[in-house]
Amino acid sequence: MLIYTFDASPDGLLSAIFDAFSRHERPDTLIGTGEQLPLFADNVHHVATAEDKAQRVWSGLERRLSPKALKIITLAYLSEDQSISQHLFNYFYKAFSQPATATSIEQNYADPDVLAVTNTAQRVLHERLRMMQFLRFQKAADGTYLGVISPDHNVLPLITDHFRDRFGDQPWLIYDARRHYGYYYDRQQLTHVTFADGQILPFDLATGKLNDDTLSADDKLFQELWRTYFKAICIRERINPKKQLSDMPRRYWRYMTEKQ
Amino acid sequence: MLTANTIERLQILTESAKYDVSCSSSGTVRKGVDGMVGNTVGGIGICHSFADDGRCISLLKVMLTNYCMYDCAYCVNRRSNDIRRATLSVSELEEITMEFYRRNYIEGIFLSSGVVRNPDYTMERLTAIVRDLRTIHRFNGYIHLKGIPGAGAELLTEAGRYADRISLNIETPKEQSLQLLAPEKDHQSVFRPMQLIQQGMLENKEDRHRLRHTPRFVPAGQSTQMIVGATTETDRDILTMSSALYGQPSLRRVYYSGYISVNTYDKRLPVLKQPPLVRENRLYQADWLMRFYHFNVDEIVDDTHTHLELDIDPKLAWALRHPEAFPVDINRADYELILRVPGIGVKSATLIVHSRRFNRLTSYHLKKMGVVMKKARYFITCGELTDGYASPIVGVNELRPERLRHLLTSESQRKRAAAEMQLTLDFDDDEPKP
Repeated sequence: MLIYTFDASPDGLLSAIFDAFSRHERPDTLIGTGEQLPLFADNVHHVATAEDKAQRVWSGLERRLSPKALKIITLAYLSEDQSISQHLFNYFYKAFSQPATATSIEQNYADPDVLAVTNTAQRVLHERLRMMQFLRFQKAADGTYLGVISPDHNVLPLITDHFRDRFGDQPWLIYDARRHYGYYYDRQQLTHVTFADGQILPFDLATGKLNDDTLSADDKLFQELWRTYFKAICIRERINPKKQLSDMPRRYWRYMTEKQ
Repeated sequence: MLTANTIERLQILTESAKYDVSCSSSGTVRKGVDGMVGNTVGGIGICHSFADDGRCISLLKVMLTNYCMYDCAYCVNRRSNDIRRATLSVSELEEITMEFYRRNYIEGIFLSSGVVRNPDYTMERLTAIVRDLRTIHRFNGYIHLKGIPGAGAELLTEAGRYADRISLNIETPKEQSLQLLAPEKDHQSVFRPMQLIQQGMLENKEDRHRLRHTPRFVPAGQSTQMIVGATTETDRDILTMSSALYGQPSLRRVYYSGYISVNTYDKRLPVLKQPPLVRENRLYQADWLMRFYHFNVDEIVDDTHTHLELDIDPKLAWALRHPEAFPVDINRADYELILRVPGIGVKSATLIVHSRRFNRLTSYHLKKMGVVMKKARYFITCGELTDGYASPIVGVNELRPERLRHLLTSESQRKRAAAEMQLTLDFDDDEPKP
């Protein structure tokens, strides 16, 4: 059984494709370095990540797949799913195995790898939409708006453009509490921020709440108004918790003003 | 400026506005602009929350005032109702909208109002607010404005320059029902403004061909709403009206509102223990068939089927009435035919027509793509090893539609439909009484 190990980075994945073709072999399994090797792992090759190899493979993909398919691949990668690198590897391998003139496999949804990558990308896009829906800002005394999220997939890089376009005239910070990084926008440009360990945060990571001394004076009032609105808009004769939960699963409620 | 009782007034005016179903923030794409707040996204819009009744909250749906001079039987805000009345001041409403928007609570505002003094006066007050929002507060988000029946052309033209969508509610497909329930309104007062808006949109389209930077006029088009279950109209009446409306270039959405007995004392209305939710759901399904599944209204309802069946969805109902159209060969049939198979939606139909260029599709593939095989298996043939003589296909034609119908409905579905049927019968019995 032939096994490739790689460093779980995107470049590592592309380098693995390079190695497979330069060594004229097809690995049965691709696993991250440090993970448990399966039984009967008699033939293990460690992929050395190399940027130039990765770049060559990527431009090869650009020739064989449409820009739309490449976007789907990027989205699927952001899912951070355990199995996605194996599916991506198989997808790439198949794309390179067929003759360059053949119809690109990207629309062959009967292929388990293409379908898995497409469905994963859909899930990432759905998570992105949910962050655009359910993110709630609180206004700090200095005028900065803070929103804390904890998405299932790493979608923060996918939503910053939307919020920049929408709230171009207000400074904001969106922080991913699960992956411990965020983006700060100062009305000019976007900065990647992380808080060092032990640093005192102006907000509570568990609830996403700004501390009372940093919260702006009228924010509590607008939160109260919003909660009032949320209760008043419901038609009691039509109560339907099942529908509410399917559209707004409970795991998103933690940071939502109206559900606190 | 917000005062101590703003919260209470917001509550009153929200409760007055909540029976209008329209919620969407779709239909227009507008990029952010320097010096303005907000943008609108295309596609399906953004729902920011879901209330306990499961309906989405996309816009701040609120009335400017719930004082009203009309006395429409179905409306909670009618003149003769003894409810709490309130008015929000222009500055309060604008401040709430802007602050909510900046906190990502809402996509924009859905502004409506009770009719005060006369339609023109009311429309003018609404127009003033959207003008302020756009020009003073530099608000670039979504604005859905309720048109007041009977409002004049100039006011609508002005409102249309600021609003993304303007809607007027038809309420009932037949004019005599409207006359019975809302003597102060008629269809003319609703259709006239709708025509004016459509005309404005078409002219604007032409102008924009000539001059690209002409400001847009009602870019997200119009929507309307019909009440279901308050009057004697059949589903056929309702859907025929919808179909005619969708034929118009400016109308984007028809909403169906299951009637909720808010004014139980009014003898012109049926007393419903619960709103007709199943019927409302079936109407939306039929609406989707017309908009996304290439169905014609005559195929969904006709002379012998004036009402949609409550225990099965309209697509399955059509399939059971037309067994001769099946089985559909997944590997060869046109996209339109595949769309007609119960259990296959727009998404899986698209996946199917793409994938079958590469290999013969089997039921395993279909299942993986998200086809509901429980339903679809009776209506299709696909590349199976057992296809042919080894195991004969058991489809809709072999089983007979009546038997299949029983197989495809669950006990709870039948019960739910029966419970609602009971309500409809009650209503029919009540009808001849004085």
